[in-house]
Amino acid sequence: MSKKKLFDPNPSGFIEHDHNNDGIDRRGFLKCMAWAGTGALCVIQGGVLKSYALGSQMGSGMKSHKRGEFSFVQISDSHMGFNKPANPDVIATLKAAVDKINALPEQPEFLLHTGDISHLSKPEEFDNVDQILKATNKEILFVPGEHDVLNDEGAMFRERYAKNSKGQGWYSFDKNGVHFVGLVNVMNLKAGGLGTLGPEQLEWLEGDVKHLKHSTPIVVFAHIPLWTVYPQWGWGTDDSAQALSYLKKFGSVTVLNGHIHQTMQKVEGNVTFHTAFSTAFPQPAPGAAEGPGPMKVPAEQLRSVLGITDVNYVQRRHALALVDSSLG
Amino acid sequence: MMRRKLFFRSLAAALPFALAAVLIMHPTRARSEDAKSAPTEVRVDNFTFGPDTLTVPVNSTVTWTNKDDVPHVIASNDGVFKSKALDTDDKYSYTFSKAGTYSYYCSIHPKMVGKIVVQ
Ligand SMILES: [Cu+2]
Repeated sequence: MSKKKLFDPNPSGFIEHDHNNDGIDRRGFLKCMAWAGTGALCVIQGGVLKSYALGSQMGSGMKSHKRGEFSFVQISDSHMGFNKPANPDVIATLKAAVDKINALPEQPEFLLHTGDISHLSKPEEFDNVDQILKATNKEILFVPGEHDVLNDEGAMFRERYAKNSKGQGWYSFDKNGVHFVGLVNVMNLKAGGLGTLGPEQLEWLEGDVKHLKHSTPIVVFAHIPLWTVYPQWGWGTDDSAQALSYLKKFGSVTVLNGHIHQTMQKVEGNVTFHTAFSTAFPQPAPGAAEGPGPMKVPAEQLRSVLGITDVNYVQRRHALALVDSSLG
Repeated sequence: MMRRKLFFRSLAAALPFALAAVLIMHPTRARSEDAKSAPTEVRVDNFTFGPDTLTVPVNSTVTWTNKDDVPHVIASNDGVFKSKALDTDDKYSYTFSKAGTYSYYCSIHPKMVGKIVVQ
């Protein structure tokens, strides 16, 4: 177990993301624990972090919103339609994720879903997810996972979730001064390779961020990790280095992915990489099993290895704070 | 781990019967390819193709069966054949009428690669 330290799926639940190069020392800016089984929520108030066990009495001060500050929630890998032993009821766990979101004291402004909405790209699977997520009353932005584009090169996905997107489904938007980029790396995959963005998308990305100020915080979200987590299992993206080269000039880049059904994070220079829990089933830590397939855990432990990611943006510090919370 | 090992063992025991059943169910194929005894089955299991290289005579029909809890897509590298997404226990067959080496992979898990050698 100890040799897997680098890839501990949930080492402490805390992620620090603060890599501005503006001379302000922010060490200790965010430190927050989320522990399996209970979960924790961290909120920034005037630069001071407060941590609350979920379900405990929340301080009233938490509800006040600082100007320019906002949060959003990332969910991932809901795999609607999956019914194998690793989770025979993915509807129930997605509903639990919705309950978790709705109970957040700082309500997120929107949700990001980083793909594998469905298990088999079936319309009724997408319908089920839409129906369940409706209960959040939030706008939801999606990028596809490989399970969402199985038999039609993503046509149904784009029709439902990315109507105004470019190419195979990529797009960008701005929110409260943060620039968000949704990328597609699950199509046109080459034999023996990893995830792929492709030249057309890379060219678009270069142009998309070219005229942004260096101080603009960037959030990139895509299904397969944009850093090499474990190539033996395909957990990486072949041309992600090219994409990241266009983001070098920015002081703060946050990369949010799913696909590997466990939380993991890495900070490299100005870039924080993070993968989210699945809401459906866990997968083994890299190399911890013969293959990356769904992992069965005792039923009473399932919800401790599923969850959501809450992302708080603090404008004054141009920083994003990521907090993973398990479903139970 | 335990579950998978047991599964492997029970499968190894069942395989000869499964093959016999296939032959019984396809009498015409069994007759027309009388001399053929080489297996033409590829198991897709635990994100690998078994065997990863399969050698068959010309006009063999190779059948892939997905034994994983997640879907896979069988696709030849140069577009000669491609399956729909195969859910658990779904099968895909392709008949190789020309000799040659056909490299293929799973188009959604491209680290999964295999080869059919037709001679
Ligand atoms: Cu596959």
